[in-house]
Amino acid sequence: MSISEKMNRTAVGLKPSGIRRFFDLAYTMENVVSLGIGEPDFVTPWHIRDAGIYSLEKGITAYTPNRGLPDLQRAVSAYLNRRFELEYSPDEVLVTVGGSEAIDLAVRAFVEPGDEVIIPEPSFVCYDPITRLAGGVPVALPTLPEDEFRINPALLEEKITDKTKVLMLPFPNNPTGAVMREEHLKPIAELCVKHDLVVISDEIYGELTYGDRKHFSIALLPGMRERTVIVSGLSKSHAMTGWRIGYAVAPAEAVRLMTKIHQFAIMSAPTTSQYAAIEALEAGDEDIAEMREEYDGRRKYMLEGFRKMGLPCFEPQGAFYMFPDIRSTGMSSEEFCEKLLRQQHVAVIPGDAFGSAGDGFVRCSYCYSIQAIGTALEGIDRFIRSL
Amino acid sequence: MNTDKLLMLLEKDCKLSVEQLSALLSATEEETAEAIAELENNGTILGYGATVDWEKTERAIVTALIEVKVVPQRGEGFDRVASRIYQYPEVDSVYLMSGGFDLMVMLVGKTLKEVALFVAQKLAILDSVSGTATHFVLKKYKDRGVLFVKEEREDRRTPMV
Repeated sequence: MSISEKMNRTAVGLKPSGIRRFFDLAYTMENVVSLGIGEPDFVTPWHIRDAGIYSLEKGITAYTPNRGLPDLQRAVSAYLNRRFELEYSPDEVLVTVGGSEAIDLAVRAFVEPGDEVIIPEPSFVCYDPITRLAGGVPVALPTLPEDEFRINPALLEEKITDKTKVLMLPFPNNPTGAVMREEHLKPIAELCVKHDLVVISDEIYGELTYGDRKHFSIALLPGMRERTVIVSGLSKSHAMTGWRIGYAVAPAEAVRLMTKIHQFAIMSAPTTSQYAAIEALEAGDEDIAEMREEYDGRRKYMLEGFRKMGLPCFEPQGAFYMFPDIRSTGMSSEEFCEKLLRQQHVAVIPGDAFGSAGDGFVRCSYCYSIQAIGTALEGIDRFIRSL
Repeated sequence: MNTDKLLMLLEKDCKLSVEQLSALLSATEEETAEAIAELENNGTILGYGATVDWEKTERAIVTALIEVKVVPQRGEGFDRVASRIYQYPEVDSVYLMSGGFDLMVMLVGKTLKEVALFVAQKLAILDSVSGTATHFVLKKYKDRGVLFVKEEREDRRTPMV
């Protein structure tokens, strides 16, 4: 028997991540300055780590209830209300292993074989494979630089068929940094109501929006709460990636169904991390503000850097990425990134790793010190001028 | 211009360029450069330096904290004796303290003996000094907000997907 013949053909057929492929190349080289990693460069604030340690000292090492610690469900509920005016009772909260598990659960809870899932591109790489594994059909919806990478309602309506069940809504967006404000979400919400779609709103970067206006969730619009699953987590907001704590919030019936899947697949999110998460949500608002201020400074510095070197870049107002337009160089994203890496030892990610709509762009993360960003920008500038 | 923020940024990293500081402060480069010049001229910014972990070098260095008890002098308070102490180049810093002693003197020397001799021959003999207690620093964990412990500073992040 050959084991490969027995393997799940859908899984075998999934395209490997383009981000990963590029990093494998970067790792073969020395002295690389990277703007590649999309993960906070901050360590989890000490009071949050301490809460996790304290739970271990007390010997709290068993499973928690499937849905998460009741205190954490309450903390999520209160936090969402305080920060985003969302009203979800603790029963409408499911604690998951990172935002990623929440995305997987939401897809598995709604998508049946043949159902179409509209996925804006460029976007985070997991929506397409998770949809395929559930037997669904991913339908790419390009977002365009002239729309500042927001969903264009006319283009969305073109993609809606009688098989469309779910709209994936990843804003603030990785890799573009685009945000959708209340006025941009209104026509999208109207289409979702009109065509009776479920929205999976990935709001993991919700705390990282810049300027005077904070993040606005589509669930706040008329007719949307009943059809929306919000997935989020503490990884980006509280620099807690390794703790693996996320959550899904939705109407109670949907949370019950997602909990059933979670119960069989995962049982419960890590206990220590849940105790740390309670501390983060109850006493971490200042940490968020400090980190956001730091990201904002780097964002302005990087944007100014691209402008000075004449590389067009729209001003991203969310997440911690910048998505400059490299089409003027005549190169594909892949070619640009590979040459930049080989010639100047600077690693950025090809935009088409996030869907073909990202070709002609590269993703630069500002989860790096301002000094490192400065060094990387100098390398990119030398590269552009050498062309 | 938020000068407090400017000062905090420079205190943490004085190598930030005017361009970088301006981005962090949402100010123009001219405004930032002007503000720095003004803070230098009016004595708010007194100098720029590096935070060095001398343990990583061959240079022999001993740091001591010395509690000094002082009899204050008429009309001069503690300032006169403090001035007689801080003039010595070996003295790194001098603070007037509340509590069980009066002056906290931080000394940097090459050897324990050198520091001990300085205390005996220069500090203890001052008329208004009524007593001293010397504490040698064995290990520095954190100084001015900077960790001296290596593992906390490594970038261990790795691509996930």
